[in-house]
Amino acid sequence: MIRSSIFLYCSLVSSLLFAQDLPPYNPVTAERLLNPEESNWLMYRGSYDSHGFSSLDQINTENVDGLVPIWSFSTGLREGHQAPPIVNDGYMYVTTPQNHILAINARTGDLIWRYVRYLPDDLQQFHPTNRGVALYGDRVYMATVDSFLVSLDALTGELIWEVAVEDYYSGYYMTMAPLIADGKVMVGVSGGELGIRGFVAAYDVMSGEEAWKTYTIPAPGEPGSESWPGDTWETGGVPVWLTGSFDPDLNLAYWGTGNGGPWMGDTRPGDNLYSSSVIALDVTTGELKNHHQYHWNDSWDWDEVSAPILIDFERDGRSVNGMVHAGRNGYLWYLEREADAINFVDANPYVYQDVFTSIDPVTGRPEYDMTKKPGTGYEASFCPSLWGGKDWPPAAFDPKSRLMFIPANDNVCSTMVGEEVQYSPGRSYMGRGTSENGGFFVRPGTDHIGELQAWNVDTGERAWTTTFESQNWGPVLATAGDLVFMGGTNDRYFRAFDSRTGEILWQQRTNSGITGVPVTYTLDGKQYVAVQSGWGVDAQREQNLLNMAKGESHYVPQGGVIWVFALPD
Amino acid sequence: MSKNTDNGCSSKKKDRVAKPISRRTVFKMGLATGIAMPMSALGQSPSRLRPQPGDQLVFEEGPNQDALVRPELLELEARPLSALARDPATEVLRDGSRLNRMMIMRIDPELMSARYQANAAEGVIAYSAVCTHTGCDVTNWDEGQLRMACPCHESQFDIYDGAKVVGGPAPRPLAMLPLEVVDGIVMVAAGFRGRVGFTQQF
Repeated sequence: MIRSSIFLYCSLVSSLLFAQDLPPYNPVTAERLLNPEESNWLMYRGSYDSHGFSSLDQINTENVDGLVPIWSFSTGLREGHQAPPIVNDGYMYVTTPQNHILAINARTGDLIWRYVRYLPDDLQQFHPTNRGVALYGDRVYMATVDSFLVSLDALTGELIWEVAVEDYYSGYYMTMAPLIADGKVMVGVSGGELGIRGFVAAYDVMSGEEAWKTYTIPAPGEPGSESWPGDTWETGGVPVWLTGSFDPDLNLAYWGTGNGGPWMGDTRPGDNLYSSSVIALDVTTGELKNHHQYHWNDSWDWDEVSAPILIDFERDGRSVNGMVHAGRNGYLWYLEREADAINFVDANPYVYQDVFTSIDPVTGRPEYDMTKKPGTGYEASFCPSLWGGKDWPPAAFDPKSRLMFIPANDNVCSTMVGEEVQYSPGRSYMGRGTSENGGFFVRPGTDHIGELQAWNVDTGERAWTTTFESQNWGPVLATAGDLVFMGGTNDRYFRAFDSRTGEILWQQRTNSGITGVPVTYTLDGKQYVAVQSGWGVDAQREQNLLNMAKGESHYVPQGGVIWVFALPD
Repeated sequence: MSKNTDNGCSSKKKDRVAKPISRRTVFKMGLATGIAMPMSALGQSPSRLRPQPGDQLVFEEGPNQDALVRPELLELEARPLSALARDPATEVLRDGSRLNRMMIMRIDPELMSARYQANAAEGVIAYSAVCTHTGCDVTNWDEGQLRMACPCHESQFDIYDGAKVVGGPAPRPLAMLPLEVVDGIVMVAAGFRGRVGFTQQF
């Protein structure tokens, strides 16, 4: 009876859908994902190489100061609104915390449909957010915080299928935008704080049937298993919680991995492969083809989950088929990607880092100042903080100027001490004890935390840095209009920067702080910029700790709003 | 015009993938699909029930793990310990849901806010372990300020004032479990006061 009523209701409202003046839906093909048109924003970072760059230049350094809001849309939800508005020929799809999907008429700002996921009462959300949908055919895909992958009709929002990726009750959850390639939809799992064993899984994009599942921690007997003592591999964490990059020529997807668990490295002596690494997975088979570990036996909660940006750069007179990663460990890593290897090129700190004493020039393996490495019963302070030089907010790359733009945080540090912890399914398995002031402090004598940095990837030199007193949790969009768009600060501004100098050319104060991924697209030939404003999750956590450290009570209001900007006609 | 769609709006269930899943997942999928399922059909077990009046408490961690909770086994104002309720008649431990978990501690009853004193038993009090913000276990402890704290988002709760929120994003206090002491054993006097866990926004 209830099912019938729901069906009747859905059928009724489905028919109302066609009252809107909407264009026919343009199915998303494999070819369109390989070569996304500049008029749309079809995936998390706009393209498989994760550049976060658009070749649109109608909005540029000469006119950006005239940008005005065109429409806005309140999501009605609190916490971290981090997803990019995904745009396909007039249809916009936005995810929110609590796994809502809003399908919006991009021209008018009218709602087409809204998917609401009913989450279980006994769910725990370490990170109440979602980072966006993936599109394929006439469908929309979302990974959920209760660890399901859902596939919906892009026109109506009707659920086509859902699959249980893992059991949320054991600590698995998902916040990433799925990656679609080779007829598969791929997702990774979060839950490193809860004693999971991380993996990436792929499902047939049409049927939802599992194609492969590759763990980030090798089982006994597999290569790398010697780096995990005893049964620590079973609950060693190493989550994958951000969308991978994809190289179609090599048929490899590159995924960043998180730290091992519990947090103190002395609980799992060894390198702990493939924690805090980039791993290359064959998207057809799931085979782990190669990897590079940024740092071994983590004790700092430095997840390296941002997928490396695929960039071909110059080094010593040769062109390197490369990738670049601004590490949470505070180093900027340049790597070479090949079919059967990831080669280290070079790495240097981009924020103050006091843990690494050297980097092996051949392998890239760092050595540590062990007094800076916390352990069980051993308290240590280190910089950058547990949130790293850059946390999850994605960097961007402008292939024209050869500049990479990094949303960084400098001058904040952590103090941590480990305590013994017992594994229990779904319970906290971090093993972090209590330290003074929440284990967080600002380096004395410094005047800022947030930074937007620009680096020339060919010379390895920093081009410019723009600083903010506030912390910075702003994902970055770069455009051919010599512009960089970013929010991220606790003053609620969304800003446009001159990508050549870092000068702020335009800013708009919004309802909340911006931790959403900005995008740009065109409708009827006119360029728009869209972003979600909605502060929460770790940006708010850091604010709480900054307030404690500074004796302040700075308040950032919460509540999500989608903003769309354009130049006046 | 627009439409709202929830997980029950599928007209293409035939495409749904059949795969081996756990009993808990089946339960969860029942919730996710918006299908009303009678409790008996879910196989509701006594272990899933919230703490019931007359239940005993059992330490879930610490030096007295698995032992019945007695006031003298708790140090005054020491770090709270997780505990579960147990039906003394059947000896069923109510560990079937993480929403049943509580944090127990011993306080000075004289210093307790008057409105909550009746919930304490010889200085022993119990709060739900589940944060009202996003449902994490409130396992951290600020021994200087005698506050329970959530490791996820830094919410802090005053143990002497009904777990009043004194920091962080939690929207309301932790639920409190009224206790009594019978023959030296700490027992549940009544069900949780207040809603356990977080409230999903829509």
